[in-house]
Amino acid sequence: MSEELYADLAWLPKPPEDFRRRCKSLAESDEPGRAVSHLAGYALRENQLHLLADALERLSAAGTSLAPLTPFKLGLLGNATLEPLVPTLTATAPRFGISLECVRADFGQTIQEALTSSSRINSAKPDAVLLAFDYRGLPLGAGGFSEETMASAVNESIAFLRTLREGIRAHCGALSILQTLVPPPDTLFGHLDRVIPGTLRRMTAAFNTALVDSLRGTQDILLDVSALANTVGLAHWHSPTQWNIAKFPFDSALLPFYSDHVCRIVGALRGKSRRCLVLDLDNTLWGGIIGDDGLEGIVIGQGNATGEAHLEVQRTALALRNRGVVLAVSSKNADEVARKAFTDHPEMILREEHIAVFQANWSDKATNLSAIAAELALGIDSLVFLDDNPVERALIRQMLPQVAVPELPEDPALYARTLTAAGYFEAITFSEEDRRRAEFYQGNARRAALRQQVGDMESYLASLEMEIVFSPFDATGRSRITQLINKSNQFNLTTRRYTESEVAALENDPRIFTLQVRLIDSFGDNGMISVIVCHERSSSEWEIDTWLMSCRVLGRRVEHMVLREILLHARTRGVQRLIGRYIPSERNGMVREHYATLGFRRFEESPSGATAWELKTEAEIESAPMVVTRSGFDDSVPVPIPA
Amino acid sequence: MSHEPIYEKLTEILQDVFDDDTIVARPDLTADQVDGWDSFAHLRLMLTVERTFKVKFTAAQISSLKNVGDLVELIGARVPA
Repeated sequence: MSEELYADLAWLPKPPEDFRRRCKSLAESDEPGRAVSHLAGYALRENQLHLLADALERLSAAGTSLAPLTPFKLGLLGNATLEPLVPTLTATAPRFGISLECVRADFGQTIQEALTSSSRINSAKPDAVLLAFDYRGLPLGAGGFSEETMASAVNESIAFLRTLREGIRAHCGALSILQTLVPPPDTLFGHLDRVIPGTLRRMTAAFNTALVDSLRGTQDILLDVSALANTVGLAHWHSPTQWNIAKFPFDSALLPFYSDHVCRIVGALRGKSRRCLVLDLDNTLWGGIIGDDGLEGIVIGQGNATGEAHLEVQRTALALRNRGVVLAVSSKNADEVARKAFTDHPEMILREEHIAVFQANWSDKATNLSAIAAELALGIDSLVFLDDNPVERALIRQMLPQVAVPELPEDPALYARTLTAAGYFEAITFSEEDRRRAEFYQGNARRAALRQQVGDMESYLASLEMEIVFSPFDATGRSRITQLINKSNQFNLTTRRYTESEVAALENDPRIFTLQVRLIDSFGDNGMISVIVCHERSSSEWEIDTWLMSCRVLGRRVEHMVLREILLHARTRGVQRLIGRYIPSERNGMVREHYATLGFRRFEESPSGATAWELKTEAEIESAPMVVTRSGFDDSVPVPIPA
Repeated sequence: MSHEPIYEKLTEILQDVFDDDTIVARPDLTADQVDGWDSFAHLRLMLTVERTFKVKFTAAQISSLKNVGDLVELIGARVPA
């Protein structure tokens, strides 16, 4: 990952090129509240937050309702420049379901604002007040190097803040949000700063401990700015230039990150935190594809970098469950195959009893996520969906925009970190009840019935801008074809294996028709995803010897396009009847009804469960939204005119 | 770095910072000709320039520029050709 995970909010998708235009057209939206949430859901930099904030101001001036966003009024008090916080906070808040209004005290007006009932902040009756003080704004003073003077400076600072908190509570009833202090990176003695009382490093540490103690038993809450600064680095946090020019308390490049954290807390105060983590399995909870690689083939556990990375995802999920987050699974897999990893794999940390709802099937994930939410009686907006596959993520974002879907980097070592960095499960308190919540929801990995398909799948498929590329077998594709033939288990009708030299022989056999199929979409080139071998049984009849496909492209109607292609070539050569066979294996149950779905007629069934199917080649198969490209075929094949 | 690509990039930045598609970076453009170019917006602009061109300015440089031409000179002197 080239960008910084935290400072650039890399768990959020990148904003579209026309972001500015989209902000401008918010006023025309049918559902401005949802449209604003959607725009706030991108990884916005400071300038983009300003654009959105300006648009929000125009909506508010026009009296537009931002329902279903929850209104929240936040007072801002502090010793540094607060102006830049207002637009960045208001534009970030809709990301957490909040419509935020900020009331800002003038520079230096802290005591008057807190202690006067008619002050701007108190008279605005905010829901909460953020006391944004940094180390320069509290009486920590230069008091020499003794424990006593340090303790009194810390006490004085805590007392000062307590006065402000009590004033605010008395005059407007708002709760206060207090910040831990960030020491500058500069040292006086060096390593000894941690030891000598009165140095900023020791003083801020002592203050932070005392601050946490002073919050106990009150309604006021903590914003751990010190932890934020440590996360991105003290040297990045403090910008002496920006302090000198404009009294900015930290580098304004970090405003989006800081604002995201403030708004998380505000969201949590209004019950917007997420409650359920829905996990994909293949290449998310473990490395590899269990349906193809088998229980022994998946990569999980210690001693292997990929295995460790996925183990960390499991560890994180289990830790979340132990604090009350409900876990669910949504995977494109055969149920019994997917569960086997949970019951039989010795390295798995997650077990069936940790999973409340377990959806392993071949239906689209939007439908499955709806079923999970319904089964748990949770709102769709309580779900977080973790999946390595960008196409599945985009599908959920489009069909169920209320679900939080983190972007994931290429390296699985960063999956767990990205998930926690996003702060979906921010909490204000933690009770015994929270601790037991996951058990309350536990249903031993039960299966939820699928209801109606969610959303308009056809328009989603169209938005993928798919291009399908057909070629006959050739020397370039040979080794990948051989690999697929020997590796594919799930979407594989006959599971016939061929060596590379056997595959080479098929290339020039006049009685054999072959296809290698690639799929390109707006996310990139999926590479070769399907392989077909047909035998000429007679001049009027072909039998499909091999039909396999990568499960990655399931649900895109690739099968339909492949069948159209086979029929086109068959008709051109005068073939009238197409025969398909299904030979059951331990792993290919998902394609038992493959030929039935495509309109074939069954004419044979053996006791072993093998079936034979036929289709007249004049059959018309409905096209799917993708562009067809062909290369390498004989000129005798007519190129159909695109519809 | 030659000045032409700097002006092009600056035009994009100015349009984003001031949310105005009509702004074009010219040497004689000054803050008082642009709606919303106050001291905070100026700082935001300069920080965006720093990030985009991967350069750093001193406080004195940030506050001493008279017009866009000065800014382009400053960037041009710091960005390798």
